Amino acid sequence: MADPTTTEDLGPVTTLATPIRLDFEFTPGVAQSRFLRGLEQGKFMGQRCPTCGKVYVPSRGSCPTDGVPTTEDVALANVGTVTTYCVVNVPFAGQSIEIPYICAQVLLDGANISFMGLIQEIPADQIRMGMRVEAVWVEPDQLTPSLESVRYFRPNGEPDADYETYKEYL
Amino acid sequence: MPDSEALHASHRLEYPYSRSVGPVIGAFLTGLRDGRLLGVKGSNGSVIVPPTEYDPTTGDDTGDMVDVGPGGVVESWAWVSHPLPKHPLTTPFAWALVRLDGADTALLHAVDSGGPDELATGDRVTVRFRPAAERIGAMADIEAFVPEGGAA
Ligand SMILES: [Zn+2]
Repeated sequence: MADPTTTEDLGPVTTLATPIRLDFEFTPGVAQSRFLRGLEQGKFMGQRCPTCGKVYVPSRGSCPTDGVPTTEDVALANVGTVTTYCVVNVPFAGQSIEIPYICAQVLLDGANISFMGLIQEIPADQIRMGMRVEAVWVEPDQLTPSLESVRYFRPNGEPDADYETYKEYL
Repeated sequence: MPDSEALHASHRLEYPYSRSVGPVIGAFLTGLRDGRLLGVKGSNGSVIVPPTEYDPTTGDDTGDMVDVGPGGVVESWAWVSHPLPKHPLTTPFAWALVRLDGADTALLHAVDSGGPDELATGDRVTVRFRPAAERIGAMADIEAFVPEGGAA
């Protein structure tokens, strides 16, 4: 460069980065904090409604049907059933998982509400409703109070669940 | 018992937009990257800074780009005692409308005068660019304006 103060060789400026940013101080509340602390211990924690007996995971702290506080903590199984799913084939900005991948609703054993999870270790075209899956966690020293503690779910080899067992959760 | 306490965490939501700037603002930003201040000629011969593609009075296309500054006059200002993270300076400064020499309109930017007592409407200021290696073709290539011939 003849003149170090010019940037002609970079060409004209044609675009401008204008990021929009919002900084939040987020609190999930007491009930979801219990769920998140459970993740830090490598387990799924839900709460049971004292009126209808349903177990919510993560619990919002009250039963949406009965409007009463859910006070009983319930540890759920590490296994569950795929109730429904979506195969993601479309790339998008910020995508961190190789496509195609499977996003599924998983009904954990003992829960009365399904829960969204990534399914791995199976070709995307082999996913099906009723498939039995298990959670794969990060290494114990990597556990945090975050859903990032759950790497994904994978088929656990059990026979598919009977449709009758999850038809109410679609 | 810590288990009964709610967690909290910082969370940042960010959309990394980039926008196309067009030929006129593009030339202005390229000028900033080169350490130059550019305006554009309006249809009645006035010089508009920052430049626009159309004359704001007549709606006609604007004309040639012309160099303006590097000095100018503070037309009005407001003091910022507690700068926010997004602000161009970390120390207290003024947002000011600066009419650059050769321009007929004013440009909004920061003035680093040291304190509100060191700044008055009508004061002359001059541009302080970032070092050439840090300039990217954006308004922040101008670090601030400073009082002409002294202070800050
Ligand atoms: Zn209930």
